[in-house]
Amino acid sequence: MSRGRLLLYQALVAVAIVALWHVLTTVPVSGRILLPPFFFSNPFDVGKQIVDWFVTGAIWRHLAITLWESILAFVIGSLGGVLFGFWFARQPRVAAVFDPYVKMANALPRVVLAPIFTLWLGLGIWSKVALGVTLVFFIVFFNVYQGVKEVSGAVLANARMLGMNERQLMRHVYWPSALSWMFSSLHTSVGFAVVGAVVGEYLGSAAGLGYLIQQAEGVFDVAGVFAGMFVLSAFVILIDLLVTVAERRLLKWRPEAERHAA
Amino acid sequence: MEAGRSAGTPAIELEDATVAFRLADARMFTAVAQARLSVADGEFVAIVGPTGCGKSTLLNIAAGLLRPVSGAARIFGQPLAGLNRDAGYLFQADSLFPWKTALENVAIGLEVGGRARGEARARAERWLASVGLAAFAGRYPHMLSGGQRKRVGLAQVLIRDPRILLMDEPFGPLDAQTRQIMGNLLLDLWSRDRKAVLFVTHDLEEAIALADRVVIMSAGPGSRIIGDWRVALARPRDIFEIRLEKDFHDLHREIWGVLKDEVMKGYAQSATPVETRA
Ligand SMILES: Nc1ncnc2c1ncn2[C@@H]1O[C@H](COP(=O)(O)OP(=O)(O)O)[C@@H](O)[C@H]1O
Ligand SMILES: [Mg+2]
Repeated sequence: MSRGRLLLYQALVAVAIVALWHVLTTVPVSGRILLPPFFFSNPFDVGKQIVDWFVTGAIWRHLAITLWESILAFVIGSLGGVLFGFWFARQPRVAAVFDPYVKMANALPRVVLAPIFTLWLGLGIWSKVALGVTLVFFIVFFNVYQGVKEVSGAVLANARMLGMNERQLMRHVYWPSALSWMFSSLHTSVGFAVVGAVVGEYLGSAAGLGYLIQQAEGVFDVAGVFAGMFVLSAFVILIDLLVTVAERRLLKWRPEAERHAA
Repeated sequence: MEAGRSAGTPAIELEDATVAFRLADARMFTAVAQARLSVADGEFVAIVGPTGCGKSTLLNIAAGLLRPVSGAARIFGQPLAGLNRDAGYLFQADSLFPWKTALENVAIGLEVGGRARGEARARAERWLASVGLAAFAGRYPHMLSGGQRKRVGLAQVLIRDPRILLMDEPFGPLDAQTRQIMGNLLLDLWSRDRKAVLFVTHDLEEAIALADRVVIMSAGPGSRIIGDWRVALARPRDIFEIRLEKDFHDLHREIWGVLKDEVMKGYAQSATPVETRA
């Protein structure tokens, strides 16, 4: 299928769903509207709400806050993950001692931490960043750990025979391998940074997309909830596109098929 | 006096080197038993043996990557402790850095040795040209064919100008034509400064065509060196042509007579696992 044709079909799916939604929420079938607008709103109200947000500019502040929280969560979580992943992989004893605790921490559903973070860090952005960090950290941590562990024995022996010392092995072998694993999980970790931010906002905040959705739900403004979800989806897709571009640059040495290994 | 002595000193000398691996169930598996081998400076020695007999193991001892449990390895007369700094090693498995381009792969050995990056890259370009890959400098390993990757590997090793060259079935996975082209390329590069070469192959014809001496190993476990032939064929050689010569055939028949039995034994043994020494 050509690119143009694919885009066309993809657009058709959206049109079909919106049309169906419109018909079911506005046109009575044998005297009854199948989807009551009170619960399902309708495409026009939702569209109007979205346009309103952008025309008045009210949405930008929320978008900026959510974006900022996601970026902070991603950067801090990644830094921590890289640092600890590297450290644990190079110090098997440390890794062995901490292993059960790492597993315990990772098994914990992060949502239960949200109230605690709010308690510790307040209603501002940092409690959301913290929630995102707990999600991003483990993905990056496990990938970097794996990346260092899984360096091919032949490549390592070759590096040593070519005269590399410990420091050079780090720089030319372990580091690129760890980063490549981290980059190949970029979609997941960036996605989780956004999830952390939005869920955090949803559970208690004064700004952000999650807050917007939560507020609308609070007053049974279904159009507002749907509008918030659409803006959030568009936001996530945009970020995902950026990640794809970044990935293509960072992993250009890898065969296309292997890029999404992790 | 000093020069006279070092001229006679072998580049590689294995003296009754025995290698055993600890298996998962804690038993010891003797891969190579009392290997005795000497490679003179400037000599091209090929090792042939059935698969799994311990050829890679032997190279790893010479490289200093493995320590024998008994016996000794000496490099230019010095007992080998740690890695063999005089050796360049072309591995059997793919061992280029996948995240570096062909050029960066070749240059890295000089860069980590403290050469300026510009100089290292310039020399790497010349080396890529001499293995026929000038146009592929910017490619990553996965964009190269198997034969091209081996050529990059060869340049990567030779750019450091090691006094000893260890090669582990370097042309093993390549097709017949590419093997012969690579063989001639190797002989051409080697003839420029005649390093000591220890070359492992499972292909007896390739061994005879390339080497000054052919060494045969017995089937494992506890593999030994069971034969050592001098190849008196004239140099420079063209390995397309040399296979047609009568001397080549005579030597081939003679060595094959010994090797054949070991190959059969090797197959029989790999079917039934045998452990030596508890
Ligand atoms: N790390 C290891 N642990 C246990 N056995 C090994 C190990 N490495 C090699 N061996 C065994 O030693 C023998 C020789 O291996 P190798 O030198 O790789 O053979 P080849 O002649 O095919 O290069 C084989 O039987 C192999 O199974
Ligand atoms: Mg081998």
